[in-house]
Order: sequence, then C-alpha cells, then structure tokens
Amino acid sequence: MMGEKRKIDARGSFCPGPLMELIAGMKAANVGDELEVLSTDKGSAADIPEWVKKVGHEILATTEENGVWHITVRKAK
Amino acid sequence: MKIVIVGGGMGGTILGNNLARRLHRELKTGKARITMLSASDKHMYQPGLLYVAVGSMMPDELYRDQASLLEPGIGFHVDPVETFMLDKRQVKTKSGAVHDYDILVIATGSRAIMQGIPGLAENAETFYTEETAVKMLKRLREFQGGRVVITVGVPHKCPMAPLEITFMLHDFFKERGMRDKVQLHYTYPIGRVHSLENVAKWAAPEFDRLGITYETLFNMKEVDGKNKVLKSEEGSSTKFDLLVAIPAHKGMEVVEKNGLGQNGWIPTNRTRLNMEGQENVFVLGDTTNLPISKAGSTAHFEAETLGENIAAMVKVGSAVRDYDGKVFCFIEAGKDRATYAMFNYTTPPDPKEPTRAVHWFKVAYNKLYWASARGLL
Ligand SMILES: Cc1cc2nc3c(=O)[nH]c(=O)nc-3n(C[C@H](O)[C@H](O)[C@H](O)COP(=O)(O)OP(=O)(O)OC[C@H]3O[C@@H](n4cnc5c(N)ncnc54)[C@H](O)[C@@H]3O)c2cc1C
Repeated sequence: MMGEKRKIDARGSFCPGPLMELIAGMKAANVGDELEVLSTDKGSAADIPEWVKKVGHEILATTEENGVWHITVRKAK
Repeated sequence: MKIVIVGGGMGGTILGNNLARRLHRELKTGKARITMLSASDKHMYQPGLLYVAVGSMMPDELYRDQASLLEPGIGFHVDPVETFMLDKRQVKTKSGAVHDYDILVIATGSRAIMQGIPGLAENAETFYTEETAVKMLKRLREFQGGRVVITVGVPHKCPMAPLEITFMLHDFFKERGMRDKVQLHYTYPIGRVHSLENVAKWAAPEFDRLGITYETLFNMKEVDGKNKVLKSEEGSSTKFDLLVAIPAHKGMEVVEKNGLGQNGWIPTNRTRLNMEGQENVFVLGDTTNLPISKAGSTAHFEAETLGENIAAMVKVGSAVRDYDGKVFCFIEAGKDRATYAMFNYTTPPDPKEPTRAVHWFKVAYNKLYWASARGLL
C-alpha cells in the first residue's frame, strides 16, 4: 500500500524540537505514510533513528544538505 | 480596512489592543475597523492552572471579563465562528451573523485531549482545565504516599509544565512532611529530560539531587487502571499510585471542520505568520503549525509582530518586519526558585541557575499578565 508523503519542517526548532515534531506527526499519520523531517539540529541525525528503531518504524533515508538534515521515516505500525 | 480577529485569548487580545492603539486615528475616521469574535465573555489566564493544582492560586484569580481588557475601539462579540469562507473573505458565526473582512486573524488556541490514550482520562490527574486542576488539588491533599508518575503527551502546550509540576510536587510533599513517603518518577517523550538541551542539562542533575527518578524515550500508549500500570509505545511500563498527565493537545475542531489544517493546526508561514496560500489571513498562538513552543509568550511575541505589520499594512500598504521565532518561558524550579529560557529560530537558550528573584518575578507576572493583555506591558 502506498502511503501519503508529508514534510515536517522543524528547521530552527529548539523546543519542541525535531524529534518531538516527528512523534506528533507520526501520531497523526497512517501506517505506510512517509514523513520527511527537516532539521537544522545535527543531534537529530542520531536521536531520530534511535527513537524510530526503538518503536519499530522504519528509516528510509538520511541526508544532509547545506546544514539541513532530511530524515525520511515510514510509519510501520 | 476591516480587520476581524477570531479568538479573544492571549494572542487575539494582545493583538487587538496593540492594533487599536496603533490605529486609533484610523478607527476614529472609519478608515479601519477592528472586530473581535470569541467563544467566551471571560478571559482565562491559563498558566495559573499549574498553581491551582498545588493550592497556591484560586480559580477565581484566573479570570477577567474579556470586554474589560479591550481598548474601546474594538467591536467585541461573544459569538464563535463556525464557518470560514476564505474565498469570499467572510466568516459566519454561531448566531448566523456574517462578517466581511479585508484582513482575518485566527487565534482560536488549542484544547487538551486526554481521550487519545486508552485509560488515561479515567486514571490520571491533570490540570489543563479549571475542573481538572481543582480535582487534582483535592487528590493531592488526600494522597497518603506511594509512587507518583508524571507522563507527557505529544504534542503538548507549555513546554515547561512537565518539569514545573514535577518540581512543585516535590516541594508540595516536602512541605506536607511526607516527601519520604513519595516516590516521584518523571517520564519524557524524547531521549533527554527536556526538549531544550541546555534545560535538560540543568534539570537532570537537579532531579538526581532531589531524588526524582526519570525515564526518557517514553511515549504513553495506554493505562491499565486495574493494575495501575502505564505502558509506553517503546515497550516499557511503569507502575503508579498516582498518575499525573500533561495531556496532548489539538487545535480547535472548527479549524479541522473547515479544512484549514489537520488536527486543528493551520499551516503558517514562519516569518510572515500568514496562513500558507492566503495573503490576508494571519495565524497566531497555539493554532499555528509552527515548530515552536505552544506558549503564551509565543502568542505575545507573534501578536506584537502582527500588530506592527497589520497597522503598517493599513497605513502604508506593506508589512514591516519578520517574526524571528522568539519564545520566553519562565521555569519554576519548585515553590520558591525559578529560572527562564529565551530563544528564537537561530539562537538556543542558556538558562541560568534558578533564583528566588526570578520566582518572585513570575509570581508578580501572574498578576501583571492583565496589564500585558491590555497591551500596557
Ligand atoms: C496549565 C497551563 C499552563 C501554562 N503555562 C504557561 C506558562 O507558564 N507560560 C506561557 O507562556 N504559557 C503557558 N501556557 C500556555 C498559554 O496559556 C497558551 O499558549 C496561550 O493561552 C495561547 O494563546 P492563544 O491566543 O493561542 O489561545 P487561547 O489563549 O487559548 O485563546 C483562544 C481563544 O479563542 C476563543 N475561541 C475558541 N474557539 C473559537 C471560535 N470558534 N470562534 C471564536 N473564538 C474562539 C476562545 O474562547 C479563546 O478566547 C499554559 C497553558 C496551560 C493550559
């Protein structure tokens, strides 16, 4: 099943921050949806995958471009 | 120029008064008109609910008549909007009145949602409404000891509330001479005790010093009320005798129903504060989808930016400045010490050691708020 693709623009977000924005986005998403988080916090490259793995979703891609991290996650359950 | 403000809470009120001052001549001559449509004739100072829950403020201290807070030039109606007709530049209210606008501002706030987590509403105390805060106070007074678990929904409003209620509960039980009978356990959705890294760096050792335990990467999944167990999405569980929840929140139903934004969050331009795709519709406060703290100070700074910009649009036909993402939050570190965090889109906060002076400033602000809502501060 192809899910929807959505962007979460969490650039410049210190609080709640990119991971909290992703968790909120995941709650609103359906299984199969892909969420791309944009973050200017390099910590996101580590803490987003850690949470995604712990809960059992899926990381599809992590890239960095001009100081902005793009982390794409699929809601798996 | 017809300006319609939907919502008479923190954001709408500060903006309305700010605009009425800047445009007092235009209001007199009829070049501009400001209408405010709200759902209540009362204005609540929501931050006071935290103090109601621990018995240091009474609910009646949190309310003023909305009309008494507004500049005389503002046409105020207690008549909530039900339909947004953006293509016609009109809104329709509950009473059936239709208001035309040239500029629309949406500041309808958000609501706490306990229902999203099975068992939460039935088994947890919270303080996000007057009724629940009073109920929590009574429960705390009756509590004889045991394990108190603090749990945090996502997304939530007031990012400091989880830490503040925890420190305040520590002092509450200490003052009652029963801190040794109470185990305080704090849980938090991400991998540290607060989303602001510098605040987390300060709060974690503070928890250690006060004997407060904590678990991070903990997102509530369900509450087993029979066995008094809270389970997380991450697969762990924790027992409680008293569960205190910072509830998740959503924007208002009317926003969703009108298709303005999923879960009531309106897609908003981060610097101009207009609704995406709508040049003359502005959004502020809790109902934006911006990735910044849902707090009164956010609504306040956004309102100041919009006040300048909308007044300038009336006077010279152009906005004059960008919103920079500014947020200022006090952090109560117990019943008599506090610190604060100030940050924007580019600069993280650098909180200082809590002091009594900052706490007393917050206590004063709880009263000064009314001057701030009137636009005097
Ligand atoms: C327990 C608690 C503690 C908090 N502590 C702090 C703190 O310490 N510091 C801080 O900065 N912030 C704090 N906050 C957050 C702060 O109160 C909110 O972020 C702030 O009130 C948001 O302002 P707003 O204008 O967006 O919404 P609100 O102030 O909620 O106002 C919304 C307004 O919209 C009206 N409305 C609703 N629906 C309609 C409709 N259909 N038509 C017309 N009008 C409508 C309502 O009647 C209301 O007047 C706290 C909040 C809570 C609950």
